Amino acid sequence: MIQYVLRRLLQVIPVFVGTTLLVYYMVFALPGDPIAALFGDRQPNPAVIAALRQQYHLDEPFWVQYGLFLKNLFTFNLGNDFTGQPIAATLGRVFPVTAMLAIEALVIQGVFGVAAGLFAGLRKGKLFDSTVLIASLVVIAIPTFVLGFVLQLVVGVQLGWAKPTVGSDASWGTLLLPAFVLGLVSFAYVLRLTRASVIENMNADYVRTATAKGLSRPRVVLAHILRNSMIPVATYLGANLGALMGGAIVTEGIFNVPGVGQKLYQAILRSEGPTIVAIVSVFVLIFVVANLLVDLLYAWLDPRIRYDK
Amino acid sequence: MTSNYQADHYVAPIDETPLLATDSVRTDQAPLSLWAEAWRKLRRRPLFIVSVLLIVLLVVIALFPGLFTQVAPNDNCDLQFSDGPPTAGHPFGYTFQGCDVFSRVIHGTQASLSVGVLSVFFVLVIGVTLGALAGFFGGWLDAVIARLGDIFFALPLVLGALVITQLPFFKDNKSVWTVVMVIVLLAWPQMARITRGAVMEVRNADFVTAARSLGVSRMGSLLRHVLPNALAPIIVLATMELGVFIVAEATLSFLGIGLPGSVMSWGNDIAAAQPSLRTNPAVLLYPATALSITVLSFIMLGDALRDALDPKSRQR
Repeated sequence: MIQYVLRRLLQVIPVFVGTTLLVYYMVFALPGDPIAALFGDRQPNPAVIAALRQQYHLDEPFWVQYGLFLKNLFTFNLGNDFTGQPIAATLGRVFPVTAMLAIEALVIQGVFGVAAGLFAGLRKGKLFDSTVLIASLVVIAIPTFVLGFVLQLVVGVQLGWAKPTVGSDASWGTLLLPAFVLGLVSFAYVLRLTRASVIENMNADYVRTATAKGLSRPRVVLAHILRNSMIPVATYLGANLGALMGGAIVTEGIFNVPGVGQKLYQAILRSEGPTIVAIVSVFVLIFVVANLLVDLLYAWLDPRIRYDK
Repeated sequence: MTSNYQADHYVAPIDETPLLATDSVRTDQAPLSLWAEAWRKLRRRPLFIVSVLLIVLLVVIALFPGLFTQVAPNDNCDLQFSDGPPTAGHPFGYTFQGCDVFSRVIHGTQASLSVGVLSVFFVLVIGVTLGALAGFFGGWLDAVIARLGDIFFALPLVLGALVITQLPFFKDNKSVWTVVMVIVLLAWPQMARITRGAVMEVRNADFVTAARSLGVSRMGSLLRHVLPNALAPIIVLATMELGVFIVAEATLSFLGIGLPGSVMSWGNDIAAAQPSLRTNPAVLLYPATALSITVLSFIMLGDALRDALDPKSRQR
């Protein structure tokens, strides 16, 4: 097991280096001289410029700068945004909000998606099953930002059941509506995946064995059918984390949630290259690590996969 | 009677289990190919028929918007109608700028469909080529393509697009083509992975070995025998991705980093309608509905195709 974790970690390194290299190279190619920008329209002393360039390592070759960027990324020394605020401090403030939003969305799509998929799969071909199948297609087809606006208008403004915008008081309760919007599209995918997987496993030999040896129906369903059906769902949830991050940008923008996504959205509007790259790099890091964790989860879900070859 | 049960392998005499009518094979007929059987199945599915009709309608709208509206989308904007209700000849009302919403929804079809179709075309060209080469030849080529794909795969679509669109080239040349380039750059690995898997499944089939032993070159057997038999999952993914890419374009345009404001698109119109959401939601809902229906028809088509082409679901 430990051997597998190590090998898998080694595989992550080239992916992470490649991706950050790609991202960093793009910032490197961004127009403008950051040092000249520091002085506005004043003409600074060339000696000052040289000193500053050295201080920010701008006189070093590309590879050295990239190495420093990686080092800074791992020590969370992400530099300053255009207003002079350290990006790391801002991230520390906005990150918990997005984490709350993501956890709520994950619970909605994971728990409810799996439950509804299990229910539909066990009753394949019945009314509930076919209704859910069509409804999930419709949900998948509605883009997150359309769904966000519609629910903001209907639930938030017209019905008044929830606050249409979150603002500064982000709590589990106020984030429920944005999290619902964020989780709904993937909810439909999780549901369909679970359903297909349950239908496939329902007729497996081990399920018949479990029933034949006298286990109760709930135990057969939960411990045998469901657990074995979770493997594709876990893969999907891991790979889908990227879409969740993209969705968070849109959702937080619509509902005015003070999270990472909104920070990123503002940075785009103001074309703040360094902030964008810092946040995207952190997101990529999370994405890669999360998918590593999903791979490790397989061993627990399916004891046949032991990773000891 | 008892002697039958003592035997290790009980084989029933033929007269005890007469062949059923369904077991007989009609040898005078060629067996249906995967495609013919899929077509027979699809013809009877309402989901397939509805989605194909919708897509045909959308393509006609995109190619000939003039057939559906005589109002020019931009020329007749009049601020005295700002956010106005529907009037005769203007069934969807007016935007904040006093433009006709119906005309803008009709004319916006073209941008969405062309981004979707062009992106899928180039994703197919790059993804299928690289995936087929990786799956068929294996070895170092497979390793290099897989790692390269992993790098782009680790960049989620919206996040990657945020960074790429900050590059001066993309910032200065915003157009349908730059949006297509961003989408293709970030989306080809998934197509390559699916193709690689499908090709590897077919690679060692008997008919491929037979073709090779008859003297067909490696490249020839890949193109003529392996790829045509690995097409099913590729077609399903391509159909689904058409819908996904249309959403991606709208999302990027909505975030202000997609199509330029001069191009009429549903994403741009939804973004422009955002400020008047509470006073005049219709302006936002019409392009949003058009977008959702378009995506729904491609997702439905992909779903129907998967059901028809998936050999696993055929057995059930």
